[in-house]
Parts: sequence; C-alpha cells; structure tokens
Amino acid sequence: MTVQQSIRPEAAQATGEVVMSARHVAKHYGAVKALKGVNFDIHRGQVTTLFGENGAGKSTLMKILSGIVTPTSGQILLDGEPVSFHGANDALAQGISIIHQELALAPNLNVRDNIFMGREIRTPRGVDFAEEERVTRALMEELEEEIDPLTPVEELRLGQQQIVEIARALQARSRILIMDEPTSALSASEVEVLFKVINDLTAKGVSIVYISHHLEEALEVTDHAVVLRDGEMTAYAPRAEIDLEWIVRNMVGEGFDLGSPPASRTGEPALIIEDLCVPDPSGHGLVVDHMNLSVRCGEIVCIYGLMGAGRTEMMECAAGRIRAREGAVKLHGCDVSHLSIAERIDAGLVLVPEDRQRDGLVQTMTVGQNLSLSSIAAFTRGLFTSRKAERKVVEDSIREVTVKTDGGGAMIGSLSGGNQQKVVIGKMLATRPEVILLDEPSRGIDVGAKAEVFKLLARTAEERGLAVLYSTSEVGECLSIAHRIVVMNRGRISAEFDHTATKEQIMAASGEAVHH
Amino acid sequence: MADITNSKPAGGGMGLNIGKILLEGRAFFALVAIIVVFSILSPVYFSLGNFLIMSSHVAIFGLLAIGMLLVILNGGIDLSVGSTLGLSGVVAGFLMQGVEIPAAGVVLYPPVWAVVVLTVLLGAFVGLINGVLIAIFNVPAFVATLGMLYVARGVALLMTNGLTYNNLGGDAALGNTGFDWLGFNRIAGVPIGVIVLALVALAVGLVLARSAFGRWLYASGGNERAAELSGVPTRGVKISVYVLSGICAAIAGLVLSSQLTSAGPTAGTTYELTAIAAVVIGGAALTGGRGNVLGTMLGAFVIGFLSDGLVIIGVSAYWQTVFTGAVIVLAVLLNSLQYGRSGR
Repeated sequence: MTVQQSIRPEAAQATGEVVMSARHVAKHYGAVKALKGVNFDIHRGQVTTLFGENGAGKSTLMKILSGIVTPTSGQILLDGEPVSFHGANDALAQGISIIHQELALAPNLNVRDNIFMGREIRTPRGVDFAEEERVTRALMEELEEEIDPLTPVEELRLGQQQIVEIARALQARSRILIMDEPTSALSASEVEVLFKVINDLTAKGVSIVYISHHLEEALEVTDHAVVLRDGEMTAYAPRAEIDLEWIVRNMVGEGFDLGSPPASRTGEPALIIEDLCVPDPSGHGLVVDHMNLSVRCGEIVCIYGLMGAGRTEMMECAAGRIRAREGAVKLHGCDVSHLSIAERIDAGLVLVPEDRQRDGLVQTMTVGQNLSLSSIAAFTRGLFTSRKAERKVVEDSIREVTVKTDGGGAMIGSLSGGNQQKVVIGKMLATRPEVILLDEPSRGIDVGAKAEVFKLLARTAEERGLAVLYSTSEVGECLSIAHRIVVMNRGRISAEFDHTATKEQIMAASGEAVHH
Repeated sequence: MADITNSKPAGGGMGLNIGKILLEGRAFFALVAIIVVFSILSPVYFSLGNFLIMSSHVAIFGLLAIGMLLVILNGGIDLSVGSTLGLSGVVAGFLMQGVEIPAAGVVLYPPVWAVVVLTVLLGAFVGLINGVLIAIFNVPAFVATLGMLYVARGVALLMTNGLTYNNLGGDAALGNTGFDWLGFNRIAGVPIGVIVLALVALAVGLVLARSAFGRWLYASGGNERAAELSGVPTRGVKISVYVLSGICAAIAGLVLSSQLTSAGPTAGTTYELTAIAAVVIGGAALTGGRGNVLGTMLGAFVIGFLSDGLVIIGVSAYWQTVFTGAVIVLAVLLNSLQYGRSGR
C-alpha cells in the first residue's frame, strides 16, 4: 500500500540537512494498520518532536527507525542511501540508538554493567571494569546525578533508572538518538538537566527524535514538530510556526464524531468510591490517594489523566484485582471491598482491562468461548454446559456488540483490534452488570472502531441504566459520550467538569500542559 | 450483520488441506504407521490378543497421562506422579497385609473396596499438597512437584524398608480377597485396567468438553490473568488439577500392583516422563490451554505400541530408549509448527 501524502516536509530542507528519513513507511499487524505510509525527516543537529495520541503510531515509527521492527512497506534513507536494518544492533552499529518508554535495564545488575551491557570494554585479560567505571562516573557527572556506578539498578528510583537509560544511549555516542517519553518519570530539575544535555548534544551535531505527552515541555526543546494521527502524518511545521493550540488541533483532529452524552435518566448512585487509597507497588507512597467518586445509574463518567495518574490502579482496585489500603468500594450502598473478583462480577461490578492482549483475552480460545467466559453459569444445566444455551449467549453478544467475525467458532486472534475490544466488552456485558469500568477502552483501535465502542456504551447506559466509568488519555474522547469528566493527577481528583468543558481546561487540570 | 456458523470456513485448495489434516491428526497417523510397520515385521503383532495385552500396559501410562494432561492444560507440570504411583501401590500393599493396632491388640484387615478408597484418598492428598504449594505459596510447579517426587518415593522406601509387598491376593478367611481382580480379570475379554482407563478418559473428556470446570481450565491455562479478571476461580482450578493428577496416579498404582500382585517401593520410577511424553505427542502445548483427552490417549498408545513392538521384533531395550526419545522430540517439533505461527 503506497499512500501519497498530501503533506511533504519539503519546507524542512531549508532549515537543516536531513540525516535520516522515512518514505511511505507502513506497518501492518494482521488486520491492524499501525502506520499507513508515513514520511518523516530527521535533521542533523536538531530536535524533531513527534506528537500524537496513544495508538497514533509514534512508537511503531520509532521502532522502525531504530531497527526493532521491520516495516511492511516503504523505505528508510540514511544519508540519502536506502538502508534496511536487521535488528536493533544493526541500527546501533549505524549510530542510531533509542531510549525506550518502558525501561530496558537489567534490575539485578549495577549501573556500570547496565550502561555497558552488550558492549563491554574487552581486553585480553577480561573486561576493563575500571575504565567502565570511570566512563560511568563521567556520564553521571554530565547528567548531574549523584549515582554510584556500583549501585544495583533495582535500588534506584524510577527517575534515576530513566537517567541510567539516557546515560546508556549517550555512552553509545550515537549520531541519532531517539527518546520515547524520556521525562515521564523525571522530576522538574532532572528534566532541566536533560534539556541541557540535549542542547549540548545537538551542538555537537547529534540529531534527536523526541516523543512526549508533556506538550509545552516538548515545545521548549524542539526545532520541528510532526503530528501523527491514526497511523498517518497529519501535520508538519518548524518550531517558529507553531504553538500549543496548533498541536492539540492536529493531534485530536476535527469533525470526527465520537458521539454525545445519551439522554438517559440518571438515578441512584450505583458505584461509590470512598476515601480509596492504593499503595504504590514499590512501597513508597500512594498511587491512589484518598479518592472519592460516585457514578449514578445510567450515567457515563470519564476519567482523564496522564500515564501514572492512578486511573488503572483505581479501577483494578474497584474490580478486586488489587487490595486497597484504606477506603471502601460500594455497589448500591453495599460495601463490596472484601469480595473476590468473581463475587464482584456476580454482584454486578465488572472491569474491562486496559491491556486486552494480556488481561482481556484468552488467545487459545475461540471468539465464542471468550465471549461466554464470564457467564458460564448462565448456560450450565446441572453438571454440564448446554451447547444450545451457550450458542444463544454467544449469538446475542455478537449481535449486541456488533463483532465482525466468521462466527463464534473463529479464533480470537483472527479479529482486528477493535473487534477484539468489542469481544472483551461483550464478555462483561453478557454478565448483565450494573456498573462497568473500562480502562482505556479505545487504546490501540482505529477511529471508526472507537466511535462504535462509544456508541455501544452510550446505548447500553441509556437502555439498561448501566453506570459507565471509562478512562482515557486522549482529551478528544472526554468530550464525547461522558456526562461528567473527572481529571486525575497523581492519584487525586484535580478537577471535575460537565460535558461543556473545553479541551484546554481539561488538559490544564491534568498537569499535562505545564510541568511542575 | 454478524454471520454465525459453527462450521469452519471452507479452506482454499485441497492440497493445502491434506497437509493440515496430516499435521493435526499426526498422533493418529503415527499410531496407524506403527501398527502397519510392526504388523509387517512380525506375524504375532497384529492380533486381538496382542493388542489387548499391549493396551493393558498402556493403561498405566494412560492413567498418569490423563492426570498430567489436566496439569499441563493449566500451564503446569507434575513430576511427582511416578512416585505417587509407587507410594499408592505400597500403601495398598500395606493395608492388604493388615494394620496392627497395638492398643487394641488386633490386626485389621480392611476389605478391598476400603483399600481402594483409602489409596485414592492418599493420591488426592499428595496432589493437594502440590496444589496448595503451587497455587497458594507460589512455588514453581516444577520445583514443588520435584520435591514431592523425592518425598513420596522416600516415604514408600521407608514404609517397606526397601522391600516389596508380595502376595496381595488376600485370604478368603479374612474377607479381603479380590485385589488381583483389577489386574487380572477381564470383562468381555477386555482387561479391567483398560476398562478403567476408558472410563477415566471418558469422564475427563466429558468434563473438559462440557463442564464449566473444563472451560475454566482451558481459560486459565490460556491466559490466567484474563481468566481471573473474567471471574474464573483460577486458584481453585489450579489446586484441583493437581488433586486430580494425584488421584489418577493412585488409580494407576492400584492397577499396576494388582497386575503384578505385588507392590514395590520403586514401581513407577521415571513414569512421569512417559506421561509427559504422551501428553506432548498428543498435541498439547506445554504453555497450557491447548490439548485434549483424545490426543493424549493417542500419544499414550503411540508410546506403548512402539515400545512393545520393538520388544516383539527383538530390538534391544537400549534402542527402545533412543526411539522413544526421537519420537518425543519429533512430536514437540510438530507442535511448535502447529502453534508457533498461529500467534502474532
């Protein structure tokens, strides 16, 4: 598939020499099109920032540029010559390195060994640990971080681990450095140091590709902005020509209708969360900090927040997956905090998890078996399941959530991402719940499927009086079917809006636009 | 808009389908090939009498393999079944010799049905320990059952001081005759051991295909996190499969010691490996979630008919070991061909 892009980054030629570029790069995962023919340029000694919502294809593009993923079609040009990488080491040998969003460190090894992992300084008498240590110390000094090279990485806090990851990329002396959300775990002073390092690097001719959800922060450091949406490049401009509003407009897109709040009669509070506290897995502090929230029958509430704001933990705690330290979860006034996941499902409280591959689907089973997994009791007669009754449950579910499939007997892996998500939702709806929690229900599915998922939720809330609580990190999705928008920031509710709020108000309350 | 059919969509060309049928029915075709080859090589191989004798050998592995299948479907492994088999035989033998109660000054001779029940309960108890260690205390299945492999074997050796209980026939005067019925008798010409295997296979097959428990097992083996979030009691399922595996091992122990009318503490050594091999040859994935009783039965018959066939045509026992190993590796190779590409 070769889609000719209407927007070509030709204007860029004037501002700097192009060192690496992607031409009509596409990547398909089965039926899912992660990238649909993207053009992208990296300029020597400058910072190019990639903007886009979750699932827009940013990470896929970065993985292609750094050799981790092979594109389905299209070309990568390095210094004007076409190249194809066989793995990340191949790209590294060409001077391209990547700092991953998810840390790629060995927690059991110390800082020095992590920085030199796979490229140890070898001498005839073994590894030159003294020299490695000296280089590590110098790197830590440059990054203004007081970390001893011999500290095991697992003893560092997340931000410091991020620094080690950055030091690792610096040590490789790459000419192209890709940074995927490098600041997500950093404190404000650490971000300042990182920006200073970025300036030093660009002055030395290193080219940087930068990805961040902190838009203002990215604007501070970037020279060029490229916006991706649903696997396509929607806009390109040099720094001088753009502002925050331009980015948001191009990221979110206009004119696509994700629905509006249904006119359902909202009734009694169905779900009440009182003073809920969830401890951080590492043991320091709280990820959900004394949170209070109530959702009424027939009401749709959206939780907006950045990664790490505590949305996932709050929902998993409400569903019984993780234990609360304090507080209560009440369903129609009854405390369900002590119940197991299965008992909460029976009581009418269900969760559609964030990661559908890991937590939502059983890949070894068929579409029908996945759909009926939570409601087996409904078609069990005595000891055995009734095939006829199960077929009815499956057929009803497929019809209700409009899954496009060859039938209940098809393998779940044969469906597209959007249809898989509908199966996970359909599975939970088949239990006839009263409250449904959905953690990022639109993650990794295309715009058309998003609209269908939201339409389905709106209809179910209206017809069944279902209480719906969904989370999202895409601001455009807050202003769709939700009656109410709750913004979470660092484990607390930082603001609450009705559906007439603006995108700017919501983003400001999440701590996205301004970095503390 | 949603077209619902349970039949598989018609595939492309016929040539492609033949390869697919051969791959999916590989255990069956392997069994047919084994029977054909040995029937040509030896005149005595292809007879009903020989098939029944070989089947009564298969019954032991087959029972262990059914229990192992349940554990492997859950994504675990049970290395203790061979030792549990040995321990069960020894306990049955011990009970048949009479239990002396010093306080009352009497010797109790439990009837055979009580011996059978107690032995099966013992198997369930061994499985329960495995299950609790694995599901509640998060001990890796490999390690927990490896420990049980040693402990159960050690207990069997301690109970007998390394000796074997002979003469399990019982005494009419004591009212405990009939233990050899399991191993020697036939109904309509079919050895009881084979009938027991068929009944257990049928029951487990039905449970897997039609009960809620079966569905829970496939789901938690395929993706435990997703199953748990869907309301499946994953811990209960996990404990249950080890208990059921222990029960299968105890039944196998009863059948074996009845066939031999003796119970030795070293009976069943390395049988756990044969059971795993049967499950794998039957097409189950060691990662869990895939496999069925029919495949496992075919796997058990492939191993049993192959090794008995080699004995009949007079191949050295050492070669048998080599052949069995090669068949196992080939089976796993084909499994990865079948499953390796279906995932993304």
